Amino acid sequence: MSVLTGTVTGERVAAGRLGESAVRPDGLAKVQGSFEFSGDLSADGFLWGATLRSPHPYARIVRIDVSAAWNVVGVEAVITADDVPGVATYGLIDQDQPVFASQYVRFVGEPVAAVAADHPDTCRRALDAIVVEYEVLEPLVDPERAVDGSHAPIHPAGNVFRHQRIVRGDQTLQGAVVVEGTYELGMQDQAFLGLEAALAVPDPGGAGVELHVATQWLHEDRKQIAACLGLADEEVRLVLGGVGGAFGAREDISLQVHTCLLALRTSRPVRMAYSRHESFLGHVHRHPCRIWMRHHADADGKLQRVEARFVFDGGAYASTSSAVLVNGITHAQGPYHCENATVDGWAVRTNNLPCGAMRGFGVVQACFAHEAQMDKLAAAVGVDPLEIRLRNAMRTGDHLITGQVVESVAPVERLIRELAEMPLPSEPVGGHDLDPMRLPGGAGRTADVTDVVRGIGWAVSIKNLMYSEGFDDYSTARVRLADGVATVKFATAEVGQGFVTLAGQIARTVLGVDDVVLDRIDTQVGSAGSTSASRQTWMSGGAVDGACRLVRERLFEHVAAQHDLDAVQLAIDGTDVIDTVGTLRLPVAEATAGLVIDETFEHHHRPTEDLDENGQGNCHTAFAFAAHRAVVDVDPVLGLVKVVQVATVQDVGRALNPLSVTGQIEGGIAQGVGLAVMEEIIQVGGHVKNASFTDYLLPTFLDMPDVVIGLVEEPEPQAPLGAKGVGEPPTVSSTPAVVAAIRDAIGKDLVRVPVRPTDIVFG
Amino acid sequence: MSDPGNLAYTLHVNGAPHDVRDAWVGESLLFVLRERLGLMGSKGACEQGECGSCSVLVDGNLVCSCLVLAAGAVGQDIVTIEGISPGAPSDVQQAFVDAGAVQCGFCTPGLVMAAHSLLDRSPDPSELEIREELSGNICRCTGYGRIIDAVQRVAVARRSAS
Repeated sequence: MSVLTGTVTGERVAAGRLGESAVRPDGLAKVQGSFEFSGDLSADGFLWGATLRSPHPYARIVRIDVSAAWNVVGVEAVITADDVPGVATYGLIDQDQPVFASQYVRFVGEPVAAVAADHPDTCRRALDAIVVEYEVLEPLVDPERAVDGSHAPIHPAGNVFRHQRIVRGDQTLQGAVVVEGTYELGMQDQAFLGLEAALAVPDPGGAGVELHVATQWLHEDRKQIAACLGLADEEVRLVLGGVGGAFGAREDISLQVHTCLLALRTSRPVRMAYSRHESFLGHVHRHPCRIWMRHHADADGKLQRVEARFVFDGGAYASTSSAVLVNGITHAQGPYHCENATVDGWAVRTNNLPCGAMRGFGVVQACFAHEAQMDKLAAAVGVDPLEIRLRNAMRTGDHLITGQVVESVAPVERLIRELAEMPLPSEPVGGHDLDPMRLPGGAGRTADVTDVVRGIGWAVSIKNLMYSEGFDDYSTARVRLADGVATVKFATAEVGQGFVTLAGQIARTVLGVDDVVLDRIDTQVGSAGSTSASRQTWMSGGAVDGACRLVRERLFEHVAAQHDLDAVQLAIDGTDVIDTVGTLRLPVAEATAGLVIDETFEHHHRPTEDLDENGQGNCHTAFAFAAHRAVVDVDPVLGLVKVVQVATVQDVGRALNPLSVTGQIEGGIAQGVGLAVMEEIIQVGGHVKNASFTDYLLPTFLDMPDVVIGLVEEPEPQAPLGAKGVGEPPTVSSTPAVVAAIRDAIGKDLVRVPVRPTDIVFG
Repeated sequence: MSDPGNLAYTLHVNGAPHDVRDAWVGESLLFVLRERLGLMGSKGACEQGECGSCSVLVDGNLVCSCLVLAAGAVGQDIVTIEGISPGAPSDVQQAFVDAGAVQCGFCTPGLVMAAHSLLDRSPDPSELEIREELSGNICRCTGYGRIIDAVQRVAVARRSAS
């Protein structure tokens, strides 16, 4: 195990190859402020676009009158559903979400109209001038009423996105030890910093359009946009505008179609940029979820059967709810051996904000519940939380409750044992100097150190990697080698995760070059799939690696022909081509003089299957595991929490860039800590109460605990580079670890996140 | 855009006067820097002074430019990310790159401004002081660990150089 800690090393990191902590190629531009985010893009003669949104969670649109908006000086376009030339709806899996609402609005913030004008404030005045008459209807906000059918359908497709059961093994087994609980998670926002923004430039005199946009998946966006615009895919070109974080919220369309429509309508470039308030309403969120679980174990605490019921509130439109549901229910057992299961899962439609992808994608919800259950089981059996997890630790070759065999490296026992050895915080409550800033509540100086109690909690997770249920998931890369310079082209959305760094590391390593040029990220090459599901290191890494290997084969053939050698005996050593059984040593730059090698490669992962009606099938591709330990200080009188430390050991396969891995783990834990103790979009009757950074709390420097990281590097045989995705696991099990620590501190049965002061004081 | 527009006022930004034309008096300093003067390095992410992405120096004080009226900053010395170290990167900027303090980079310009301001006032900050001083800048990607490391690297390097 390698241990990385936040110490001052003072060393400059190496520039280059796989396994080294190469620095970002876009880092300098980002620190100097010259990196262009999508909201920074402009074009001569551009107009501003803006969106009119529904103030009601559920209402019938009686009448829309836009005539007064046209009278506002500076307005160049006003569009509604009537102006959508192609299909009226879009969506990632089911196309059920209107570009603009026409007959009904189904959530607060649903787009109704859009305008283009010369100034953002002109847009605002024009939106104010649009008259929409609504007949307000009783919203469906309780997901259980969608499950039980007691509310009339709020959409022609009904109120249930998907119902899926998992039935495996003995359905009547009762354990010697039985523990049970009902758990709830609030709606979390991805809260990326770079707000939704785009620039659409219409083709001169033509039907086409070029859209520069911050997104997670250029080709999927293009497919949906082109359909709504009534254009062919190739008439819509997408270019990745600089992306200020994503975390799942950019997997769905937001302003893409609106921006293109306004540009095509006005024949002028159009910029759209959401406000923070609008962003909270304008993208999908993490599903709120209610989960009941009952665990059956033998007297030693060996898990025998899991019963569970999940209800995911998908909000008004489908987005990826059906896939989030399957992720949640298929991970109900956690990273533990269990042969029998009875699971019932629902993803339903309500008039709450639409939900879809967020880091962890359904597994965050499952893990919060199964880890609380494991602690209950430990208490019932009379062993400590680590022992119960060790007794049940999943191994490679075990079955999931779907019947799928876990073929991935599954070092669960090792993660737990190594986590137990990680150093605990050295400082007592309040620190050695008893600085009030170190107490729960911080600068408020409200907590009294004598009231504060410390707790420790543990959690372990399993997370699927890549796409599931039969989706042909692939990524494409093109590599061109000329005069010792490798040019790499891909459509992989760089959202901050560092794929641009990794792509260079792969090319330098495989091709033996120092100079790697990354071509523009756009739709002028095949799809890369989404930057989600912890999949780009594996998928786009595999694509770049594959293209580089094809290029290298041709390079070797060329060198072999020139020097009368057999190509199979050639290899790359540093920046040279060498003859492994002879004396030839030729710099790659020299070997490629006057030569251009250009190859494209698609990496597909192994096929997966749909689940059957009993939830059985090889639906997932691969798995990664993580273990977390949290230490918290709690003032039980005031209900205040300070998360002091989170230690983690993570199964990464191979750390291709240890500094990037560290960044993913620390950042993922920050989002897990946020969900545990502060982050929630609060809706009352479908109305959003805290759509701002003043009211939606995010972890700051002062909220973020010390993080201690251990990596387990057992290369994954299925992965092209031996590396598993690392982005999601830190978010999955950090939340339950923090809550377990609070429970440990105060002895209360906390069943809901985020844990609120009232839960601690009165729960 | 051949018509230069009507001069509204002049701002002193990064050591030089900049004429602001056609501006409405209600425009924030952030909007004017970005949309009137083309200085896109300062970012807007919350419009209410919570996230620090728009941090600039006004007469040496670190402020959220989204909360300052541009017309109210006439006569004051404004420094943006573009002016903190023109040309070669500053020690803070280089440390952010080297330490892995940058992921998506949207919060980065504001954090670079805040880190410069902190280290100019307090050359040897404790970790708690760094956390407190930078807590007005939100980063959603990094979990802050590598940013703290970057600031500490600069503090160490400046001490050993002096």
